[in-house]
Amino acid sequence: MGIAKSVSEGRQLAVERPGVGVLAVVLLYLVADLLVKLSGTTVLAFGVPLIGGSLSTGSLLSMILDGLLVGLAVGLAGIGLSMTYSILDFANFAHGDTVTAGAFLGWVAASLTATIGADAALSERFLFDTGRQLGAASALLPILVGLVVAAIGTVAVVLLIDRLTYRPMRGADNISLLIASIGVALALRYLIAFVFGTQTSGVASSSVRFLILPGLAVTDNELALLFVSVSLMVGVHLLLQRTKLGKAMRAMADNEDLARVTGIPTGRVVRFTWILGGALAGVGGYLLVLESGTISFNFGWILLLLIFAAVIVGGIGSIYGAMAGGVLIGLVDSLALIWLPSGLTRAAAFAVLIVVLLLRPSGIFGGVSTA
Amino acid sequence: MSALDDAWARAERLPDAVLVAGYIVALWLVLAVVAAAVGGQQATNLAAGFVGSVTLLIGAYALLTLALNLQWGYTGLFNIGIAGFMAVGAYTTAILTAPVNPSTAGGVPGFGLPLWVGLPGGMVAAAVVGAVAALPALRLRADYLAIVTVALSEIIRLFVNWRGAAEVTYFGQTFGTGGATGIGFKSPRRVVADLVTGVGQPVVSAAQSVGVSAPNVVNIAYGLGLLVLVAASFWLLNRLVESPFGRVLKSIREDETVTQSLGKDTRLFKIKAFMIGCALMGLAGALFRGNAGYISPAQFRPTVTFYIFAALIIGGSGSNTGSILGAATFTALLFYLPARLGENLPTFGASSPGNIIDAVGPLGALNPGPLVAYVAGNVSTLRFVLIGVVLIYIVQHRPQGLLGYRNEPAASVDLSRPRADDGGETDE
Repeated sequence: MGIAKSVSEGRQLAVERPGVGVLAVVLLYLVADLLVKLSGTTVLAFGVPLIGGSLSTGSLLSMILDGLLVGLAVGLAGIGLSMTYSILDFANFAHGDTVTAGAFLGWVAASLTATIGADAALSERFLFDTGRQLGAASALLPILVGLVVAAIGTVAVVLLIDRLTYRPMRGADNISLLIASIGVALALRYLIAFVFGTQTSGVASSSVRFLILPGLAVTDNELALLFVSVSLMVGVHLLLQRTKLGKAMRAMADNEDLARVTGIPTGRVVRFTWILGGALAGVGGYLLVLESGTISFNFGWILLLLIFAAVIVGGIGSIYGAMAGGVLIGLVDSLALIWLPSGLTRAAAFAVLIVVLLLRPSGIFGGVSTA
Repeated sequence: MSALDDAWARAERLPDAVLVAGYIVALWLVLAVVAAAVGGQQATNLAAGFVGSVTLLIGAYALLTLALNLQWGYTGLFNIGIAGFMAVGAYTTAILTAPVNPSTAGGVPGFGLPLWVGLPGGMVAAAVVGAVAALPALRLRADYLAIVTVALSEIIRLFVNWRGAAEVTYFGQTFGTGGATGIGFKSPRRVVADLVTGVGQPVVSAAQSVGVSAPNVVNIAYGLGLLVLVAASFWLLNRLVESPFGRVLKSIREDETVTQSLGKDTRLFKIKAFMIGCALMGLAGALFRGNAGYISPAQFRPTVTFYIFAALIIGGSGSNTGSILGAATFTALLFYLPARLGENLPTFGASSPGNIIDAVGPLGALNPGPLVAYVAGNVSTLRFVLIGVVLIYIVQHRPQGLLGYRNEPAASVDLSRPRADDGGETDE
């Protein structure tokens, strides 16, 4: 009875939503392939490798760790994008450059703190291409100062942008706001390039490596990213669930008119949305640079589509969705290397974005809102 | 501001062709004046160089804005994957026309077909990819369609950049995208150059006698060729949007549900409009990015898409005339001119410092020289800040652009006739 019922339900699903069925087959194949690869065998059909290959557990684990780390930072940055998308109802194309701005502000502060008392010209302390590399274990205080400045500085940038650009346009349609955000993105990105130049500079390098398992090591910088992003996500969770402001934000994300009728000061909530989203974006960018070690004026812009993918996969407006979507997209971006050549892994992450938008525009956790 | 509005009001009453031609000639004159001011002995040749470069840019951007205007301005399809469709067109043209036995080492072989096969081939490929993208994506909200198209354009770029697609052999025929190093093919500029140095030799001689070099003559000729193409597309698209087909497109933009309820299969109309636009984008991709017979993936980053969007919004979406004016304004006044001015800004003898701290520092000693030199040295960066600010200003204060949404009702009868003789009370 139970089996017959689920079979008939499955058949119904396959008929009604063929895309989902195809997707399920592809996913099943990939999982089976992964298992065969881990066992180190290859199944051939007419001399063509059909399934399998070789993959060591160690490299699989380090891929997962890599994807998790990038995914956490992307998820952190995605929270702000998701909130502005649902509360202000527009796709903010300037969010990636907000991430860049936060990273630059934070790293300037870290660099200045690290060189206090050093006999160096201001330009050498302020700018990056001097060969100075900071690590979380060797320079904990500068890294912490940079983290705080990244958060606060990005909030200031975001509030200024809101005041100049979006507030005069409240109530405009979402495409006008989107176009305005493209203008903001251009202006912000090239202001950063004007101040810091267009080169890629190395600013961070790890100083300690911890061996967790044979073949799997984690650096101090990666641990810092892990610790900070997880604790910030827990913090956001507590803010949303335990405070009045969090409740107001969730109410506005669900239904703005109803929230206003209930007496929620929507203008103030919008400002807090920018503050929270900006701070998390800045921290996300700062941590990504800590992990990757390099910074350039357009890294946030390049990352933007990945952040969009995280937000859309998780479901627009859902803050938990953005976190989970970030991790998922980070994992796809890094695990795709098992099946695809290295040039195409990023394309796989974008393909996931397109597939989710087409098959399930409300996100893979669709229907589950911020509450 | 009112004087400017007044001037616009007067300009808008001109016939469209006169308005566009007059505007482009005025831009040429501005560039010639700049060249005369900074060129010294070489002023004529410099002016010719400026005019040639800017004409190419205007022509290419005008083709792209016209295509985008059909999709967005008339049909309301928010396509920000333009770079991807340009890449499909350019790469198809390149693969079709690349020589079978490349003379340079490391060159990618192709099919060796002539350009008159390659360019239509590129347009068809771009249209087909556009259709494939449009089929599932058209039921999405405008902003979702935007994200899908930009993701698709990145996937296309990553694919042509991929080592595995650089050179493949199927059925005994070797071809490929060349990967990150790009691909060389039959240069459209070469065709124009042969024409100019062959049939147009008297023109070249005349130009050389006033100090204009032959490459600059070819440049201008190529740009003018693109403008002819723009004029043809303009005529065609104007015919299209004034036809019953165009009326349906405009009504889809205004309200898709109403159009559906009048019995129109709006999906079909949207896909057709999207395909025509993508074909034009593919052609522009080949003729603009590949004008010298070489393309590489780095030329098709999403930033190009946003420049085209900026150009269309400045000109005014929903108007073909506005599209061309926007392309001309964007490329000449915001993109090209600032860079040339920056190269020639007076710096009071100061040389440009290497970083901003050394540029701002001397301000304390009331010495603005280094900062001015730094700004002048980085004008090519700052112009993008200017473009961003202009975009924000236009969206906030003049959302219709220079010439948007003017006088193009989706009706076949004249709605502006006097209503006095329609009956009813007249002595109220």
